Amino acid sequence: MSTDNARERRPVRLLIVDDSNIVRRRIERSQQFDDLQVVGTAANGIEALELARRTDPDLVTMDLTMPQMDGIECITQLVKFKPTVRILVISALADKATAVEAMECGANGFLNKPFSDRQLNEAIAELMA
Amino acid sequence: MLREEELKTFVDGTTRYFEVAAQQPATIGSPYLLEGEPAMHDYTGMINISGKREGVVYFTAPRAMLTVLLMKMQESDFSHESMRDLVGEVANTISGNARRDFGHDFVISVPSVFAGEKPQIPQPPGTRAFVIPIHWRSHSAKLVVSLT
Repeated sequence: MSTDNARERRPVRLLIVDDSNIVRRRIERSQQFDDLQVVGTAANGIEALELARRTDPDLVTMDLTMPQMDGIECITQLVKFKPTVRILVISALADKATAVEAMECGANGFLNKPFSDRQLNEAIAELMA
Repeated sequence: MLREEELKTFVDGTTRYFEVAAQQPATIGSPYLLEGEPAMHDYTGMINISGKREGVVYFTAPRAMLTVLLMKMQESDFSHESMRDLVGEVANTISGNARRDFGHDFVISVPSVFAGEKPQIPQPPGTRAFVIPIHWRSHSAKLVVSLT
């Protein structure tokens, strides 16, 4: 196998960030992509940044309202050392200004809670494309 | 002070939560003004509101309802911690969704969760609390909205 082929076959590495265990497990369980590998889960922005340095994710699902470090601050710092990462914000905050703020900080997509499995998979698929 | 027509935001948010997260709609009873001490169920998730409005939004539910809700969400962990997590997440989701109508300056805290204890509910001057009854399957819970 050539190195190029091996690279092509590397699964998309997913880091899940949410302060709710239930939501983290839900995202992990509901994603339906064979080529997606969950490389870590974090409960706040500080944990997420540490894990991102260790696990080199390609895709991050990011909550916004979290203790210790919120999602906006985490996105801002994350894209500084990993500018190629794709970030899907998954948040209950449903106003347009929040979505715009997240996108301006470096997020690539926005999904409101509560979400269905179909909505989650469509949002992930868009970012994996 | 919270106007009765503003309650629709929270009624709609509650309806949406059960429809999407539990895949089974809840029936929302007629909201009423809370007088005296609020009746709490086994678990309560509370969100503090600050910014252009002040107050609290809390969701209180019995363990039996939360257990079924977790089952409907394909969860297999029915521990005390999962119950706490769930009531916090419900309160967070409904409060966060309210920013669709109340705007960016409707600032919500991370959830505080109470179980088996009587929570101290802050009530800033000038607020009045409305109770939104929630009936889902054979269970009943409440969303309480108390805002300036």
